[in-house]
Amino acid sequence: MDLFEYQARDLFAKHGVPVLAGEVIDTPEAARAVTERLGGRSVVKAQVKVGGRGKAGGVKLASSPDDAVEKAGQILGMDIKGHTVHKVMLAETAPDIAEEYYVSYLLDRTNRTFLAMASVEGGMDIEEVAANKPEALAKIPVNANEGVGLEKAREIVAAAKFPAEVADQVADILVTLWKTFIAEDALLIEVNPLAKVADGRVIALDGKVSLDENADFRQPEHEALEDKAAANPLEAAAKAKNLNYVKLDGEVGIIGNGAGLVMSTLDVVAYAGENHGGVKPANFLDIGGGASAEVMANGLEIILGDPDVKSVFVNVFGGITACDEVAKGIVQALELLKAKGEDVTKPLVVRLDGNNAELGRKILSDANHPLVQRVDTMDGAADKAAELAAK
Amino acid sequence: MAIFLTKDSKVIVQGMTGATGMKHTKLMLGDGTNIVGGVNPRKAGTTVDFDGTEVPVFGTVAEAMEKTGADVSVLFVPPAFSKAAVIEAIDAEIPLAVVITEGIAVHDSAAFWAYAISKGNKTRIIGPNCPGLITPGQSNAGIIPGDITKPGRIGLVSKSGTLTYQMMYELRDIGFSSAVGIGGDPVVGTTHIDALAAFEADPDTELIVMIGEIGGDAEERAADFIKANVTKPVVGYVAGFTAPEGKTMGHAGAIVSGSSGTAQAKKEALEAAGVKVGKTPTETAKLARELLNG
Repeated sequence: MDLFEYQARDLFAKHGVPVLAGEVIDTPEAARAVTERLGGRSVVKAQVKVGGRGKAGGVKLASSPDDAVEKAGQILGMDIKGHTVHKVMLAETAPDIAEEYYVSYLLDRTNRTFLAMASVEGGMDIEEVAANKPEALAKIPVNANEGVGLEKAREIVAAAKFPAEVADQVADILVTLWKTFIAEDALLIEVNPLAKVADGRVIALDGKVSLDENADFRQPEHEALEDKAAANPLEAAAKAKNLNYVKLDGEVGIIGNGAGLVMSTLDVVAYAGENHGGVKPANFLDIGGGASAEVMANGLEIILGDPDVKSVFVNVFGGITACDEVAKGIVQALELLKAKGEDVTKPLVVRLDGNNAELGRKILSDANHPLVQRVDTMDGAADKAAELAAK
Repeated sequence: MAIFLTKDSKVIVQGMTGATGMKHTKLMLGDGTNIVGGVNPRKAGTTVDFDGTEVPVFGTVAEAMEKTGADVSVLFVPPAFSKAAVIEAIDAEIPLAVVITEGIAVHDSAAFWAYAISKGNKTRIIGPNCPGLITPGQSNAGIIPGDITKPGRIGLVSKSGTLTYQMMYELRDIGFSSAVGIGGDPVVGTTHIDALAAFEADPDTELIVMIGEIGGDAEERAADFIKANVTKPVVGYVAGFTAPEGKTMGHAGAIVSGSSGTAQAKKEALEAAGVKVGKTPTETAKLARELLNG
């Protein structure tokens, strides 16, 4: 889960990383009181989970409380690279910035360890620095069990060649950021810029944080950080039912078991769609192993409720899951939906293979549901589903 | 021969007495796996009956190894307790730990992986978030269905469980030496490269099928390894061509971020290494069949 800047700021403040005062608002009028609290001036910053907001006009300096209301009004509702701005953060105006640095901790998948990255050339897109001037970006592996104490922090500071006058401050910040990284089960913590301001202080001016949802069991406070308003309504409904669902922009609804098989199903449907007017998958939905009739019904309900969906492809390979159970699930799901008064009119193509496939196929044949078609190969079924969606 | 797991493997199950552990221990026994014990400190000293097979429960992995000579542990431990369970297996120096558990926090898997390295990597870890591995006709350590296929000439390594089953099913008439599900998490103990090296060295394996998916650069690194070290034919498949950037596709590790981790980049890297890459699982199976029959 990626956080907004203001949420990152709050986490930094909570763990003792130096930040500027700031508050988040969602109406222009609220900017007045906040700006008064911040001393009469503020920086109005669009809260979107995408880079490049400064260039897009999403960051403005407000010279007075009235000006802050006006600037917040301009930024709220703005579209930045497809993201609508629903919130702005008003931040204390920073003393003049003398230098901008970059620091981050992240998972290095390639080396299966954590990584500290640091540069004295912060403020800009760090991927550009990495590409054009790799020697300016220090990368230091961090052992998950040893972490970053003062000694390790000094190693990072030295590798990135921080100026002597900020070395101690940056080392302290690196230690505090590591504590934050661990305490919050973060996958990424990035401060850019980490700024040296006119009075000599080093402050985290902007930050990116991504949290590991697998750690939610020990991070009860993380649920509140979720951006429920921005979630696609179908994704939100699926999440409420513990379904692993991602909305896509095509017409063929997809249900399958296992993340890899469902990803593969999306591809196979997209290929088949090339022969049927370019139809594409409408979603990713993995119902996982041992799907019950109820799980299947929940999944079908979400997918049939998507107005973009023209046909549905149920692609199941029975491993431990028995295909007869899956078939019963589909039949029961359609009955459940009917009993709920939902008018199912979209055709379903079902492919069952593996454990008890014959039994499963027989159940579907016997049920003889007018909307359900059985096709017994993955490629053939994808083609049929694409064809039906193109009609 | 086979890789990592044979009929001589003595298998214990950490988390055997939980619902998932019970279900799959029974299935593994049915596939001929030599299961010599379970581990649960609260039930140490008892036995569990699986259709007439009495399996003893030990308090620790070390005790189970000492009393039974176990050399493989399969873990069905809930995510919150997995780190401690894997560390226990590493401390006991069991040669192979197969972590089936899905949903382990990355800080936990990074920690047990770093711990394994600090202890000299005496324990091969497979997973987490994987279906385990099977050597058909000999032993099954995990949740791969034992009845899809038979012993044969193909070695399979895959990030995905159901795609493993699908591919075994497509090529069921030829059969498999071993099939290894390495898991779809960002940090896994055994990589494509480890399995490729083992299949290359395994005289029973004539052809290798490698299944990848979006996210990370494991497939690209595997391609480099194949180019330099693998003489056997390799057929590949990559899932996730149509996955949009920034959306996690089911597996925690399956995410395209920026230009990194795309299926297209993986396919191109594999093809540049001489791997034949199928567009769909069925086409991939066809390529494998042609190479074996050609």
